[in-house]
Amino acid sequence: MFVVYVNKENFENEVLQSEKPVLLDFYADWCGPCRMIAPVLDEIAAEHPEYKICKINVDAEGELAEKFGVMSIPSLFVLKNGEVVNQTLGAQTKARLLDLLQ
Amino acid sequence: MSDKIYDVAVVGGGPAGYTAALYATRAGLDTVLIEKLSPGGQMTETAQIDNYPGFPEGVDGFTLGANMQQGAVRFGAETLNAEVLSLNLTASPKQIKTDTADIHAKTVILATGATHRHLGVENEQALVGRGLGYCAACDGMFFRGKTVAVVGGGNSAAADALYLSRICKKVYVIHRRDTLRATKIYHEPLMQAQNVAFKWNSRVVELLAEGKLTGAVIESVGDGARETLALDGLFISIGRTPATDLVKGQVALDEAGYVVADETTRTSLGGVFAVGDVRTKALRQIVTATADGAVAAHFAEEYLTQACK
Repeated sequence: MFVVYVNKENFENEVLQSEKPVLLDFYADWCGPCRMIAPVLDEIAAEHPEYKICKINVDAEGELAEKFGVMSIPSLFVLKNGEVVNQTLGAQTKARLLDLLQ
Repeated sequence: MSDKIYDVAVVGGGPAGYTAALYATRAGLDTVLIEKLSPGGQMTETAQIDNYPGFPEGVDGFTLGANMQQGAVRFGAETLNAEVLSLNLTASPKQIKTDTADIHAKTVILATGATHRHLGVENEQALVGRGLGYCAACDGMFFRGKTVAVVGGGNSAAADALYLSRICKKVYVIHRRDTLRATKIYHEPLMQAQNVAFKWNSRVVELLAEGKLTGAVIESVGDGARETLALDGLFISIGRTPATDLVKGQVALDEAGYVVADETTRTSLGGVFAVGDVRTKALRQIVTATADGAVAAHFAEEYLTQACK
């Protein structure tokens, strides 16, 4: 599986209606810590088909970032059945992100 | 990796660590570098680095870190992406326990760097990401057109304040002294910025919040007078704390927690070297970190040669 890029149009379908737990990453291209975790998210997406990894670019999707109260990036949320069940901030190791998903 | 004994294990993948790995592998030493996430260390939080020579237009910290890693890998340095759980530096060979593998090495180069120093004010941790932050380059844009404050008076505080002054409505600089410690190049533009106000001789004593940060109470270090600032964001840039918890009690640390080592990078323990921000030194910069890396590889090589005689 690949990382899914989410915008206002596909947010409902990809994130809220997802049958799998979703790891949602708010990021920006110019943010170093966001770039640090990008390969980690790619790996999780590839190795864990039971999860869905979604990314939202805060520059392009300010409305979604605001909806989640994002004031710092990377901001990561875990959603199950459309509800936020877990969240964290800043660059994290793969092990910690997998913990967050469980 | 279980039975293998490396010549050199480098702990930490910032500029000091990857330069040590580069020099060690080029010297023919079997080298592994352990990094918990990805290369670059603290550099990754800087969008524009203008004081590392060789980049006339500057370079972003993430790219510089990735390039340093690639340079070391080209000569055969291995990277293990893992979190170090414990170090046994007195054992022979030295042992490094990580969350994915145990590493054995004849020498260890400590390049664990430093992390943001906290204010130590109540609610600080709870407000991180809710208006309080340590990386203006990362999070400044969320405060476009808003009122923010920067705590600190050093180079990173000044750079943060200058950056924020370009996008925020108002920027307070809260500093416990009456003048900036930052390099001259920052003074003029900061003083001239119309929307920057200085709160000299002041420290933050209380954070105000309603779900997210709404302000801060500052206190004069002179007469103790208090003032409340209404704020949307607060960026803390009051220096760094060395990441030396893992080596406490094994190598000598100074009062602030830095690993004691002179310009040879040799620590109090044979075969253990300290490089970059984690070492006692006068000037913590990328260029001095990389210099440490080269020096440490040299003395690690010397140690290995003598140990084998």
